[in-house]
Amino acid sequence: MTDLPLSLYVPEPACRPGGEPDFSDFEVPKAGAIRRPAIDEAPENMRDMAFSIVRVLNRKGEAVGPWAGSLTEDELKAGLRDMMTLRHFDDRMLKAQRQGKTSFYAQHLGEEAVACAFRRALEDGDMNFPTYRQAGLLIAGGYPLETMMNQIFSNARDPLEGRQLPIFYSSKDHGFFTISGNLGTQFIQAVGWAMASAISGDTRIAAGWIGDGSTSESDFHAAMVFASTYKAPVVLNVVNNQWAISTFQGMARGNAGTFAARGHGFGIPAIRVDGNDFLAVHAVARWAAARARAGHGPTLIEHVTYRAGAHSTSDDPGAYRIKHEFDAWPLGDPVARLKEHLVTLGIWSDERHIQADAEILDEVKAAQKAAEASGTMISGPAPSPRSMFEGVYAEMPDHLQRQRQEAGY
Amino acid sequence: MARMTMIEAIQNAHDVAMERDASVVVFGEDVGYFGGVFRCTAGLQKKYGSHRCFDAPINESGIVGAAIGMAAYGFKPVVEIQFADYMYPAYDQIVSEAARIRHRSNGDFTCPLVIRMPTGGGIFGGQTHSQSPEALLTHVSGLKVVIPSNPRDAKGLLTAAIEDPDPVIVLEPKRLYNGPFDGHYDRPIAAWKKHPLGEVDDGHFTTPLGKAAIYRPGSDLTVLTYGTMVYVAEAAAHETGIDAEIIDLRTLLPLDMGAIEASVARTGRCVIIHEATRTSGFGAELSAVVQELCFYALEAPVTRVCGWDTPYPHAQEWAYFPGPDRVAAAFRAVMEA
Ligand SMILES: Cc1ncc(C[n+]2csc(CCOP(=O)(O)OP(=O)(O)O)c2C)c(N)n1
Repeated sequence: MTDLPLSLYVPEPACRPGGEPDFSDFEVPKAGAIRRPAIDEAPENMRDMAFSIVRVLNRKGEAVGPWAGSLTEDELKAGLRDMMTLRHFDDRMLKAQRQGKTSFYAQHLGEEAVACAFRRALEDGDMNFPTYRQAGLLIAGGYPLETMMNQIFSNARDPLEGRQLPIFYSSKDHGFFTISGNLGTQFIQAVGWAMASAISGDTRIAAGWIGDGSTSESDFHAAMVFASTYKAPVVLNVVNNQWAISTFQGMARGNAGTFAARGHGFGIPAIRVDGNDFLAVHAVARWAAARARAGHGPTLIEHVTYRAGAHSTSDDPGAYRIKHEFDAWPLGDPVARLKEHLVTLGIWSDERHIQADAEILDEVKAAQKAAEASGTMISGPAPSPRSMFEGVYAEMPDHLQRQRQEAGY
Repeated sequence: MARMTMIEAIQNAHDVAMERDASVVVFGEDVGYFGGVFRCTAGLQKKYGSHRCFDAPINESGIVGAAIGMAAYGFKPVVEIQFADYMYPAYDQIVSEAARIRHRSNGDFTCPLVIRMPTGGGIFGGQTHSQSPEALLTHVSGLKVVIPSNPRDAKGLLTAAIEDPDPVIVLEPKRLYNGPFDGHYDRPIAAWKKHPLGEVDDGHFTTPLGKAAIYRPGSDLTVLTYGTMVYVAEAAAHETGIDAEIIDLRTLLPLDMGAIEASVARTGRCVIIHEATRTSGFGAELSAVVQELCFYALEAPVTRVCGWDTPYPHAQEWAYFPGPDRVAAAFRAVMEA
């Protein structure tokens, strides 16, 4: 017996408002330093990958190491364009929210590379089970900006007829499963979709997406159990952007070394990747997708990035983290890094960048203008309230018909 | 005595309870350093330290399950589910565990915990930030379910809930956090600072669980309602000139049957209003109670005005939940019957 009193451990972030940004515990491996296992490598032979960070772009903007070379020059340029589009899109929609044209928005600032690069490693027909922070999948997949905005404005041309929150997109054709506001539920659904694809002898794979904070939901663990048991053809993505609203990532990670390390207990191979390195994300995504397609089962990818913006338009990050923390973030800005790489390759320049930026802004503005012509939350045509009664069931039961009539629609 | 918003009153109730009783601990998503996304726990961590007020991982089942364990130890945990819509992952812990521990152990273990959850719509929250799950909770034996409609009751009911020896669910109508709401989107909302019910006593007091309040006395008909719909009922009474007696139920489980019977027996007419979906909603229970207790006094069928049987539509909130127009139409129909 000991009479030492017990004490509860409550994790704390390294820094809080009033202090200085502190990433001293964060080890950044050299670009190109991490090995590239074969796609059929046994999970137990690559446990180290969960504690390092795959990086391709070095400080000079060069692509180095065994993970380099997964993209052509045209694909790289297109990738830059996707990220720049997403950034302008975010910026315009954030302003639109402040003008009252929509009720809510969540941006992707600082983590554009994750979804934009990942989408390039998927085939048409594969299915993502995303969160609200993967609009990059749609943009990189060619989904029309105007349609996204129609939904954000809940206008008469909103494909979801005003039923869903803005940014909770859905597009089966673009491999984008309908988004739920209930965190984590989609992760196990992704595994189920992948299991069905396997049962059918199909060739398509699924990708699940979850934030660092949401990995503590039980559905994350359910997904890991099922994926591991059935070796489902699924890529399980944890986007570690350091923050879950005001809660730092250590609260969800607990005393595990990394989120990727969670894969080990399930026998799922796990890789950490520099989420602000477009090339690294693409290469790792392609590796995991190839592994799934070849029947070697699931991969857990931890994308290490930083949420530079607010959690959403309802959030004030100044209340819980240091304002200039992102400036100290050791992995930099994904757009600036890819741009520098293209310049290094000699296929891009500052002038072309400025020109492209202006063109993209014009495109986004034009889409916004067109969308606003179909209405916003405060003006113009809106979907009919009739639509709220439709689609609850395949066929409207009598009681709903009565309620619809009572409502006068 | 100070004038407070409902948020401030809830924060104050926590503060008073934590000060008086060292076994009160508060936790949930974002409730610690940040003080909750609605600020209902602001300042508590600073004042009481991170052993008594702390952030939790995003796992509602874990939050409630851990609270049950703490309650079994002898604590009085007060946990926040960030939106009522996120109680579903915790539903098993609430329904199969918290609600039954006293009964199944024959009192060997008890579960004095409080689960707070912001409830209801009117803030453009869409399908997953707007739900009113009271019927899913009042169906469960062993729980108590309360829902305040003003800052004073919010503090009194929460304090009573914390002191109650059994699990209590506190549903907080988030549309009322900053001021009352009468269902008109074209009219400004009064702030609690200017409303008599925004006046909240300092220090410790309780509002008894299981007791309804007469929000507005009247003689033409009885309105049974709670939360945001109290004010919609008031707006409809103004619009129609019908002298409606508005009963603010405050506690849904256990229900104040005496207050219901006394009022309906006198007025002979009853309109039930809630924002939650109609079918199998709490209004069905109320309607049955009125029919059982007041059948011979009734001069018109008991009438319900509720949210439609559809998921909560983001852009159509104002067409979804009962507004003064729909309530006024029900008042008139009941008076003419
Ligand atoms: C089941 C559930 N619980 C709580 C919430 C409220 N909520 C919305 S976003 C969020 C934080 C999510 O953080 P993370 O998973 O890290 O993703 P990020 O927003 O950083 O991309 C919380 C707690 C929710 N939507 N669903």
